[in-house]
Amino acid sequence: MKWIGILALVPVLAMAQRSGLDYSSEEVRRLQASDFENPGMLWVDQGEKLFKQHCAACHASMKGVAARYPRVEGGKAVTLEQKIRHQRPMAWESDELLALTTYVAHQSRGMAMHRPAESSVQKGREEYFRRRGQMNLACAHCHDRHAGDKLGAETLSQGQPNGYPSYRLEWQKLGSLQRRLRACMFGLHAEVPAFGDELLNELELYLAWRAQGLPIEAPSVRR
Amino acid sequence: MALARIQVPTGVKPGDVVEIRVVIQHPMETGYRREQGQRVKRNAIHSMACKYNGAEVFRATLSTGVAANPYIRFFMRAKESGDLDFWWLDDDDVEGRAKARLVVA
Repeated sequence: MKWIGILALVPVLAMAQRSGLDYSSEEVRRLQASDFENPGMLWVDQGEKLFKQHCAACHASMKGVAARYPRVEGGKAVTLEQKIRHQRPMAWESDELLALTTYVAHQSRGMAMHRPAESSVQKGREEYFRRRGQMNLACAHCHDRHAGDKLGAETLSQGQPNGYPSYRLEWQKLGSLQRRLRACMFGLHAEVPAFGDELLNELELYLAWRAQGLPIEAPSVRR
Repeated sequence: MALARIQVPTGVKPGDVVEIRVVIQHPMETGYRREQGQRVKRNAIHSMACKYNGAEVFRATLSTGVAANPYIRFFMRAKESGDLDFWWLDDDDVEGRAKARLVVA
């Protein structure tokens, strides 16, 4: 019995990092592949206008910036959204903030996500493996152990962060990674942290470490 | 903010049949969705049209069955260079307009 348990662990340890795109249907993949049909590009266009209006006075090219976030600043995990709010506190999940974030992220499309130092992701890792909610499940239960398996009609992905902000067909609009994380917690019947909560930031940081340099796809399309 | 993306082919010759594609940013609320227990009011684009040099070449009736940020494409015959004027109207009586230039040489 004991060594069966050990064998079951092997695929987890040997898990190759796969983008959520790999688990998507043909139709979703086609939608993401076309820069015209991808509805997330509407936010990129909008973000470009906003950037020229509000940010271009100080900032030139944002190429590669999104690949460096989330990262640790002053001992705390800081996400791209947080950084973009540094001058104007735009509301979380507002079209304005999403547009700017997506515009910045889009400029790093295809670049590998940087890997935060392993020592800095301990808090996030604990949260990732912590059971929560009435379902009493941790992130790892679905996204490490059962990635590729079915949950009802859905295929579980590895829960990789490289596609965000992402246009989700379920939302019928673009949304941030934190919105996605909150949706998971809601599904677990767990307490849902507020946007910008330290827990979510630390989780984002751990996910960036866990992604092992997957390429940025923003704005991606997901179901 | 009404926003649309329009794609018009290039290298068009007189008499060519061209494909025009447009994506309009709009939530297309069905009126059935709830947010924090409150019903979100129905608001969908119900009419849209496209004029080519002032003459209407395309008109569509949309409804709540259409997904958010509708993507529409149609074909038309190109005669001469001209402006494509898109117009749409939603349930809140908010009008949207967008313009693209078709170059025929």
